[in-house]
Amino acid sequence: MTNEMSLAFSALGENESFARVAVAAFVAQLDPTLDELTEIKTVVSEAVTNCIIHGYENSGTGKVEINVKLEDGTVSLRIHDDGIGIGDVEQAKQPLFTTKPELERSGMGFTIMENFMDHVAIETEVGKGTTILMTKEVSHNRAACK
Amino acid sequence: MSLKMDLEVRNGVLCIRLEGELDHHTADELRTRVNELMDEEMVQHILLNLGSLEFMDSSGLGVILGRYKKIAGLGGEMVVCSISPAVHRLFELSGMFKIIRLESDEKYALHTLGVA
Repeated sequence: MTNEMSLAFSALGENESFARVAVAAFVAQLDPTLDELTEIKTVVSEAVTNCIIHGYENSGTGKVEINVKLEDGTVSLRIHDDGIGIGDVEQAKQPLFTTKPELERSGMGFTIMENFMDHVAIETEVGKGTTILMTKEVSHNRAACK
Repeated sequence: MSLKMDLEVRNGVLCIRLEGELDHHTADELRTRVNELMDEEMVQHILLNLGSLEFMDSSGLGVILGRYKKIAGLGGEMVVCSISPAVHRLFELSGMFKIIRLESDEKYALHTLGVA
């Protein structure tokens, strides 16, 4: 069975908490462990923060879109912005690399996403926007299939 | 859910106790309040108690690293205590334990910093 959910909200910092809690509440149906829910909340926070700070350059304008799909015990996340895009994806993925050191960004966002999820893909075009696609299989379901 | 912060200077050690969620949105206020306090009072070391912190992401790492640089620039040390397994993993992933000392609880951490 496939179960899907979509959200679109203003690219504002105060919506980061809302976004990760909403996704976690939806994913909870798969009966993930608390650790897995924390990992999913963290990667949503990372990707949404990137949309706000980098995609829309903290302008307070624009929308962030999130789609979540639950299918056979796997969570698929799509987090999208229509912002400025990423010029050099390989550089952006490097641990500790940041284009905004003056804002005390740690440069760990993509590293965390890659560590906490099974698969991460970045689709981006300069001037058009960025889409992050991530999947994770939830362990409860892995155990149930054995 | 937002971030509650309790800041107290004890014998030159700035104790920062955080409760709630530390993300990009709440990191700005923490940065401002810690910086203001460090301008007003003599702070030699920083102790970060994360025992009641329920969520943190890489924005939290950024603001902690920023305060570390400030206190290290003054010749001081940063110690973190009472961290959850999730926060422990973020610290480990980003190499924070190479520069920030980890202790189990606040009382012992303060003792190691010379506060009885």
